[in-house]
Amino acid sequence: MQSKLFALFLFLFFSVGVQAQDDLLSLLGEEKPTKERIKSAFKSPRVINAHSMEFLNPGTMDFRILHRFGTLDQGYKNFFGLDQASMRMSFDFGLLHNLMVGVGRSTFKKEVDAFIKYAPILQSKGPRSSPVTLAFVSGITVDGLPWADPTRQNYFSSRLAFYNQAILGRKFSEGFTLQLMPMLVHKNLVQAPSDRNDIYALGVGGRLKLSKRMALTWDYTHILVGMPETGYYNPLSVGLDIETGGHVFQLHVTNAIGMNERAFITETTGQWGKGQVRFGFNLSRTFQLKKPKLD
Amino acid sequence: MKKSLFIFLLGVCVTNLAHAQKFFTKAGRIDFNATASSSPKNILAVNRTVTCVLDAANGNMQFAVLIKGFIFELALMQEHFNENYLESDKFPKAEFKGAVVNNAAVNYFKDGAYVVTVKGKLTMHGQTKDVEAPGKLVVQGGTINATASFALLLADYGVSIPGVVADKVNKTAKIEVACNLESLKS
Repeated sequence: MQSKLFALFLFLFFSVGVQAQDDLLSLLGEEKPTKERIKSAFKSPRVINAHSMEFLNPGTMDFRILHRFGTLDQGYKNFFGLDQASMRMSFDFGLLHNLMVGVGRSTFKKEVDAFIKYAPILQSKGPRSSPVTLAFVSGITVDGLPWADPTRQNYFSSRLAFYNQAILGRKFSEGFTLQLMPMLVHKNLVQAPSDRNDIYALGVGGRLKLSKRMALTWDYTHILVGMPETGYYNPLSVGLDIETGGHVFQLHVTNAIGMNERAFITETTGQWGKGQVRFGFNLSRTFQLKKPKLD
Repeated sequence: MKKSLFIFLLGVCVTNLAHAQKFFTKAGRIDFNATASSSPKNILAVNRTVTCVLDAANGNMQFAVLIKGFIFELALMQEHFNENYLESDKFPKAEFKGAVVNNAAVNYFKDGAYVVTVKGKLTMHGQTKDVEAPGKLVVQGGTINATASFALLLADYGVSIPGVVADKVNKTAKIEVACNLESLKS
């Protein structure tokens, strides 16, 4: 009995001694794994033309200036398209970590556009995480050109088009992200009687990081239903994202001139095979409107 | 004889337990400052979820800091800090393992302020370096307020600053530690 007690005390004696040498932090017990969002799937909330699965941080505003030049096939006469430029500028706001809104205006058709983007599911890791982000975007565009035929009865609603799209995306690794975007564009008024008001399309966008601050990006939209018979093509853009502190430069070539969903999905007239592609860039500058308190 | 041995061992255990008093926090604070004179924006961050354990018996001290726990004023800066500089997905935690060098000079059970030096190894961004920092321990009513400040050379930890922003980010980061340690009941 006493030898048992002795052994117990011996044990206590040494266990205390050992504990003092041991990993002190482990005394606090194992940390519970927490759910953690996977961020930075893209450098910017846009792949190139298409919305990306990435959201702005809450309290930030993204001021974007987008340029598309003329087609390269014009050669030196128009300095490979650089003599002509079409632009869109926009202000996007991050409201919540999964909710943002934005408004923009393009010189192409003097069109104003606005959208709301919401993600019910964000890619995360840890307990009860999701392997993908699912986001929805809903937008409206308003054509600002003078009426083509002022003599007829014109309705404001004829200027409107709408788009709805889902984004299903996954950041597979630090360097590789891929997303699918099924979408529907509805135009209230179309040009020809044979044109369809509803256009269904499926987009694919991706990113391959080349270095910490540079990435190869692409987005392609395949029109499934509603492509006009002639003269229109599926938009494909391939670009390079360069991040420099507060700016992201997106340099790319694309066959689309439009920079909102209605325009680039339904009115892309350039053909890659014929060199009817344009150089373009998106410049994104983020401003912090609401700052967290550090004290 | 056996009885006296029993009492002796009991005594050893009790003194051991008393000396094995440890203090801890899970809500310590670390301020990070890498602002350079030519920085267009202050590069300031605060982490309020620092874990620290201090063993009064031998002065051993350990810290664990989650890199993602650093909050910046500018969300974009925070993103870059995690993604490009500290690579927090690869190296989620910074850890310090060291000791109060002059532990004998500190009476953890008597109110008072003690100037100390803490020395040990800091592991951050996958690199481990020796760190020595002057600090202060203020014992008051059974809790300890531990503060220290020191500077880190970012290059020591393999944190590279790209050329374009080389003059906008300080090469050394100022670190300020403030922890309120409570007694740890094991």
